[in-house]
Amino acid sequence: MTMEITIENIYNSLQQVMDPEIPVLSVVELGMITDVVLQDNGAEVHMIPTFAACPAVSYIQRNIRQQLEKDLHISVTVIVDKHITWNSNRITEEAKIKLEQFGIAAPKRLAEEVSEDLFVEVPCPHCGSTETYLRAPFGSTLCRAIHFCKSCGQIFEQFKPLE
Amino acid sequence: MLNNAITDLLTKMADDELIMGHRNSEWTGLGPVMEEDIAFSSMAQDKIGHSWALYRIIEENLGGSQADIFAFCRPENEYKCCHLVEYPNAGYDFSLMRHFLFDQAEAVRYESMLESSFEPLQQLSRKVKGELKYHTLHANAWVMQLSKAGEESYDRMQTALNEIIALAAGIFEPGKANEQVLIDAKVYPGEKELYSRWLDRIYPVLVKASLNLPPLESITPAYGGRTGQHTPYLAPLLKEMGEVFNLDTAANW
Repeated sequence: MTMEITIENIYNSLQQVMDPEIPVLSVVELGMITDVVLQDNGAEVHMIPTFAACPAVSYIQRNIRQQLEKDLHISVTVIVDKHITWNSNRITEEAKIKLEQFGIAAPKRLAEEVSEDLFVEVPCPHCGSTETYLRAPFGSTLCRAIHFCKSCGQIFEQFKPLE
Repeated sequence: MLNNAITDLLTKMADDELIMGHRNSEWTGLGPVMEEDIAFSSMAQDKIGHSWALYRIIEENLGGSQADIFAFCRPENEYKCCHLVEYPNAGYDFSLMRHFLFDQAEAVRYESMLESSFEPLQQLSRKVKGELKYHTLHANAWVMQLSKAGEESYDRMQTALNEIIALAAGIFEPGKANEQVLIDAKVYPGEKELYSRWLDRIYPVLVKASLNLPPLESITPAYGGRTGQHTPYLAPLLKEMGEVFNLDTAANW
């Protein structure tokens, strides 16, 4: 059975496209999709990278095309949207819980610019303690920082808050 | 006329970031502690990503050559990076102080472009500004920590500052006729203005670190890079950086 080509079904299909560096989160949950436009013979998907130098952009674009072709049998153009910039408030609340369960602390919600305060007492995703401190503002990927938990004695990573 | 001036400005910025990114990447595997190794490697990735975004604007909006070709296949005298980024890493003191002075300069430059009349630059600046926060956060923290970490450490940071300040002032080399065109068209506020904003930005951090900014009237800024006159360090770097790419410039990766 072929699914009907609707915006909703396209979004459902995009929920299956995972971020290659955080495989429990989809491109939708991360807030990387900015628009979906139906066209005569397919669709146009607009997306934004989390960080400008993200090496996975062309890989993600390909995965989006393949997923939609597989699920909906349509041809898809994936466009990098230059009018919208990604920020960490775009991550959905549901996704933040998944992120914590995956072992990565979620970014605190940004009310204003990024400051040192956002790196203080980040709850440890292993034991929940807030007796933690920032070890380094850079981590194993561009979007992560490294923290240390004094309660359980473990290093953990945090998805960085980004303006 | 205006487009040529914008291309000139973006080339300077992109070349600075490409070369600084390459120098940062030379710390990969050699950082003094693991976190610092990761920090410089991450900043290398950011810098090269930002330079790529600028080269893409030149290609897409200003009729320039294909970004990779432009980045890797120009003769040395067509690069417009400043001398500061060309110097080898030397010790961690030198590298860290350069990182501090360079990234604070980048931060004021991109912030000034949030209101640029050239839309692609305005859009990119919004993106880069947030990412640069992490570079300046890192730089400030280490400059302050190492300056308070005992006599030898303090001396080395002060010596590094004394040695680098003239190179750093060279970032703001006047852009002659092009610069006035850009100021008039409100693309950005010009080098003189950025230089003064930069001093306002670095000064409070240096005060907190108890470091003394050398008297600026006594220094001779290292100019020349913006017109293609480079230090002897650039040519070998370009050769190494482009070595694989230049084996086959048409190869598909």
